[in-house]
Amino acid sequence: MNIPVLDPQGPVALLELHVMIITVVLCAIVVVPVFFLLFYFAWRYRAGSPRASALHLPDWDHDNLAAEFSWWLVPTIIIVVLAIIAWQSTHALDPYKPLAADVPPMEIDVVALDWKWLFIYPAQGIASINKVEFPAGTPVHFYLTADAPMNSFWIPALAGQIMVMPGMTTQLNVMADHPGTYAGMSANISGEGFSGMSFTADSVSEDDFDAWVSSTKAGANPLDQNSYAALAAPSSYLPVAYYGTVEQSLFDSILMKYMSASSSMEGMDMGMHMP
Amino acid sequence: MTYKPEELAADSKSVFGFFTYLMTDLVLFAALFATYAVLHSGVFGGPESEQIFNAPFALLETVILLASSFSCGMSLLAARRGSSRGVLTSLALTFILGGTFVVLELSEFARLAANGAGPGVSAFLSSYFTLVGTHGLHVAIGLVWMAALCVSIYARGLTRGNMRKLALLSLFWHFLDIIWIFIFTIVYLAGIIL
Amino acid sequence: MTLSHFIFGNLSFAALPENAIAWGGALVVVGGVLVVLALITFFNAWGWIWRDWLTSLDPKRIGIMYILVSVVMFVRGLFDVGLMRVQQATSVGDAHGILTATHFQEIFSAHGSIMIFFVAMGFMFGIVNLVLPLQIGARDVAFPFLNSASFWLFSAGAALINLSLIVGDFSTAGWLSYPPLSELAYSPTSGVDYWIWSLQIAGIGSLLSGVNFLATIVKMRARGMSYMKMPMFAWTVFGAMVLVVFAFPVLTVTLALLSLDRTLGMHFFTAAGGGNMMMYVNLIWAWGHPEVYILILPAFGIFSEVVATFSGKKLAGYVSMVYAIWAIVFLSWLVWLHHFFTMGAGADVNAFFGIMTAVIAIPTGVKIFNWLFTMYRGRIRFTSPMLWFMGFVVLFTLGGVAGVVLSEPVADYQLHNSLFLVAHFHTMIVSGVLFGYFAGITYWFPKVTGFHLDERWGIRAFWLWLVGFILAFGPLYILGFMGATRRLDHYDPSLGWQWLFIVAAVGAFLIMLGFLSQIIQLVVSIRDRKLNPDTTGDPWYGRTLEWSMRSPAPEYNFAVLPEVTERDEFWEMKKAALPRTAPAYEDIEVPRNSGAGILIGAFATVIGFGIIWHIWWLLVVGLVGVAACIIMRTFDEDTERVIPAAEVARIENMKTI
Repeated sequence: MNIPVLDPQGPVALLELHVMIITVVLCAIVVVPVFFLLFYFAWRYRAGSPRASALHLPDWDHDNLAAEFSWWLVPTIIIVVLAIIAWQSTHALDPYKPLAADVPPMEIDVVALDWKWLFIYPAQGIASINKVEFPAGTPVHFYLTADAPMNSFWIPALAGQIMVMPGMTTQLNVMADHPGTYAGMSANISGEGFSGMSFTADSVSEDDFDAWVSSTKAGANPLDQNSYAALAAPSSYLPVAYYGTVEQSLFDSILMKYMSASSSMEGMDMGMHMP
Repeated sequence: MTYKPEELAADSKSVFGFFTYLMTDLVLFAALFATYAVLHSGVFGGPESEQIFNAPFALLETVILLASSFSCGMSLLAARRGSSRGVLTSLALTFILGGTFVVLELSEFARLAANGAGPGVSAFLSSYFTLVGTHGLHVAIGLVWMAALCVSIYARGLTRGNMRKLALLSLFWHFLDIIWIFIFTIVYLAGIIL
Repeated sequence: MTLSHFIFGNLSFAALPENAIAWGGALVVVGGVLVVLALITFFNAWGWIWRDWLTSLDPKRIGIMYILVSVVMFVRGLFDVGLMRVQQATSVGDAHGILTATHFQEIFSAHGSIMIFFVAMGFMFGIVNLVLPLQIGARDVAFPFLNSASFWLFSAGAALINLSLIVGDFSTAGWLSYPPLSELAYSPTSGVDYWIWSLQIAGIGSLLSGVNFLATIVKMRARGMSYMKMPMFAWTVFGAMVLVVFAFPVLTVTLALLSLDRTLGMHFFTAAGGGNMMMYVNLIWAWGHPEVYILILPAFGIFSEVVATFSGKKLAGYVSMVYAIWAIVFLSWLVWLHHFFTMGAGADVNAFFGIMTAVIAIPTGVKIFNWLFTMYRGRIRFTSPMLWFMGFVVLFTLGGVAGVVLSEPVADYQLHNSLFLVAHFHTMIVSGVLFGYFAGITYWFPKVTGFHLDERWGIRAFWLWLVGFILAFGPLYILGFMGATRRLDHYDPSLGWQWLFIVAAVGAFLIMLGFLSQIIQLVVSIRDRKLNPDTTGDPWYGRTLEWSMRSPAPEYNFAVLPEVTERDEFWEMKKAALPRTAPAYEDIEVPRNSGAGILIGAFATVIGFGIIWHIWWLLVVGLVGVAACIIMRTFDEDTERVIPAAEVARIENMKTI
């Protein structure tokens, strides 16, 4: 069985799994006694038992302060520990925070469409549909936007997800430990073709990556405003496809569509991402 | 006037219930204010607040509404005196002032819409029209209530029930005044000055 | 605008159902309504239905009607489950299941909306209506007419969401309809409008009920019943109603703003125009999180009553439990962002809300320990309400662990919107809210009707629900870890998910058998009512005031309003074993019936339908109708009738059924 969340293939997913495990273990401190007491008390104080009939009519009050205190205190202590973990891990694993690595990060721009994923590689000048490829051991810095309703970008084997919205960018930093093929999908419903939006994330060796970039460039198939407009029309379950050239500032123009009624982009600083 | 205990209890229950409802209305307006705060910069290249708000006009609306609160207070004094005529006169004045307020507000909305600053132009304008318009809608409903209450007082006099309804109506009217003060400050003043 | 467009708005024959399953749904609704109307006519029961039920302002009648509507909506919600489970078990690879993607999306959106708004809320308000006045020693709620109007607004919402099966379609954007998917650009049909207006109208009913029950608790407790002498169920209702009055106005605003975007072209949440879709998400969850506590708190209150009664002991840690309720109420306002950690708010914000979410587990845990220690050294009877409680502890604790995992933002980054999340919240709602309400209905059934529910069928139902739930949702926790996101209508076989969906389908089927057992239980109990009567009014040897009068409770509840000196007053009364002398009966005033409530509901349905289909003259008719009903009611001075003392005496001395 392939259980990617429990079998992480990258440092981000690994640390996220650690937090899950620690949390469950801490909760067990409360859960185990609850289960034990429930069944133990149910058995021992059942109305039919000799012990129960030996008690007087149970009309007594023994609000036990010590017991009360302990079941406010113990969960509080557990929660304090969890709070420290939450603060620390949330800052360490902020999706916007670049990953520490020996190799410089690689940037990939992502556009969620109805109903496929467009990946633009600004440094390499190529693009792909429904497949993203990058070298293993290299941190990848995703910049994401949508030309579609709200989506969510998720490769469970590598990292937690990040929402993807039109008119704004979000970011996700990810790294794969070693070469492999990982499933990806949108984790937020976006319309009829939503289920046909799965993609694969391929991490490959440096050499294989360079070879793939060269062969994609050689295959031409330009991604410009016209071919983008055709691509953006609603379609689902698309096969993987590649573009050998990508129009400069295509990603920014997609972003800007939602910013203003006027089509002019001069002098506008919207804090958008410039490659 | 002496009141039976169950009548006092019924009054206290009604006032509590109505006050609770007013607090839910406060939450409703708070949500609209929050929306306005978040969206007032969403002009989408269209008109901004200092371009469309008219300070003297907003001040006129404020004065009229405050005056109507004053006349509403007068109606309660008249009720305490037992003068149904006094109550009806004060309420009529309140109605006229409140009605003027609504008409002025509608005319401002019409002017803005005709000049390319309608609610469908941008998020800023949508939130402005909705916040201010919701207040105006409450005022209009208050006017309908006022008219019905006047009919009841005219027909039956200052019965126990009518006194109670008058108390609740005046709570409602003063509440709307308070909301307007916030609107005047946060929307108009801040929008023009800041 | 042509004349036909003016008359019919956007209605056209294209609005009729589009496939066989959809036609099936439409015919069931139409057929069901016709069958009910035919039966009433056949039994010549219109007078009785109108007088004793539809126009009644007795909260015990209103409560039963709430529960009946909820049961009917439960049928539809469970049927949705069947369709969804079959789809997800079969739509793999080349197969695409029994539903189109769009239809599947409508069905899960309807399922969630119906279960929360028309099943859970309906059961909750129903039980509160039945029990709250009795528990606090009152004869009625604070505003009886408002109570009726609230019920009929609830029913109007239910009517609209059922009308969507016949004409038009439903939202495909999930039970919370996030924009921009729910905006006109991406959802141009009537579906989202049906969603908006059925929830908006029902929501206003809920808000008014919140005001009503709050005023009831604050102003109508029996003399001597200070707050700290109130039964625990009343405390939880108090907390829940405080949440209602703060949360529901936010829902009203949010739905209104989305409607303004769709109907009048505004730009609150649109992708362009300066709108901010994240504002919607914040607003809807500022309502949405308190909503789940609104549902669970009364269920906790029911468990407090049930555990105490069936352990034969007073509730452990009463003061602690009260503080826990208010801690939950307060904290429920500080956690809403945990529903969208993945929206990119930054580490400081995410961490704060994650910590607050974990903190709210503390008072909840305290309650569980107090229930367990109520059992300690008690004499425990394993009636079906007690079984529901035990099933609750087992499942809710595990679901709670899942919740604490999700409260860690970095864990949530992986599991958000996965089937792990779906399994978590179903665990909380089914084992907490539903099991609690099932226990409560069984527990208070004799007081309301005068006879018991059949215990054998109740126990069968319990086991089917428990085992069914584990089979239906256990696989979903695993699927979440396997990277399965929610709301998929199709997936690839290489993912290895299918067998888990098949197990889940089996579990869902068992749950449906459990529900069927409950229907059979009801039928059998009514058939055998003379064999299982409640002859004393105190069938469980209870502790609180609702058990102090005969069953079924008479219209006026208490012939003589009680005076309270202790917590668990009725238990103390029994202990003191005072001789029951016939008290001096007095005339009792009760509200007259009123048809204005059902008329308001009908006109509200008209308002909703008019807006949805852009039939503006119909909208005006609806608005004028509602206004007229309200104004006419305010002019009505003759709203009470008197039950003479002699009649009270006669009722009090009647033999039970």
